Amino acid sequence: MKILYFAWIRQRIGLAVEELERPPDVTTVNELINWLIGQGEGYTQAFEKRDVIRVAVNQDYVSFDHPIADDDEIAFFPPVTGG
Amino acid sequence: MIRIQEEDFDVGTEIALMTADKAMIGGIAAFIGLVRDMAPVEGTDKRINAMNLEHYPGMTEKKLCEIEAEANRRWPLDASLVIHRYGSLKPGDQIVLVTCASAHRQAAFEACQFLIDWLKTEAPFWKLEDTDDGTMWVETRDTDKAAAARWKK
Repeated sequence: MKILYFAWIRQRIGLAVEELERPPDVTTVNELINWLIGQGEGYTQAFEKRDVIRVAVNQDYVSFDHPIADDDEIAFFPPVTGG
Repeated sequence: MIRIQEEDFDVGTEIALMTADKAMIGGIAAFIGLVRDMAPVEGTDKRINAMNLEHYPGMTEKKLCEIEAEANRRWPLDASLVIHRYGSLKPGDQIVLVTCASAHRQAAFEACQFLIDWLKTEAPFWKLEDTDDGTMWVETRDTDKAAAARWKK
């Protein structure tokens, strides 16, 4: 899986992008977040306010119960502020 | 057409290009967004010295294309253009251009407003402001969400 982080989520994790092997029991966005939180303090801080975070799978907005696959591009970011 | 770019744009040139050889166009509506020098935090007098606009290359283009296609489904447009900048910007700089052309003004006005309202809540851009108090990420405004919600079908 390719995982991308933007804005303050990127800053807290200290990475813009990473390739990760998904454990077999991680099958949804929500389960992915739960697993990432266990990967270090930066992840814990990044996902602290889970309800404000938006997630995209393969560049489309999805909800947290969306399934994930090994070749997905998954992005986590704060609410958008363009325009 | 949509364009994501670091460099500035010239509104007159862009509109002339967009409308060239299209005599059916009766009117053009345009919105040009600029960097304000006041932070959008009500009740503070924080000054913005600079701004950095981050985006999600790939998804930004995808979302803007979808939004533009939706505008063209809803209104009879003869031309439309969205240009959004990223990178380092200063107060007074142009950030975004949304312009729509149609035979009549109502479609042009409405489509233009729809595009900027949806762009603000759907296009993956984030503003990092450099203020007198340090850098801070701009937060979403409820008024922007409400503005986009009125176009929901």
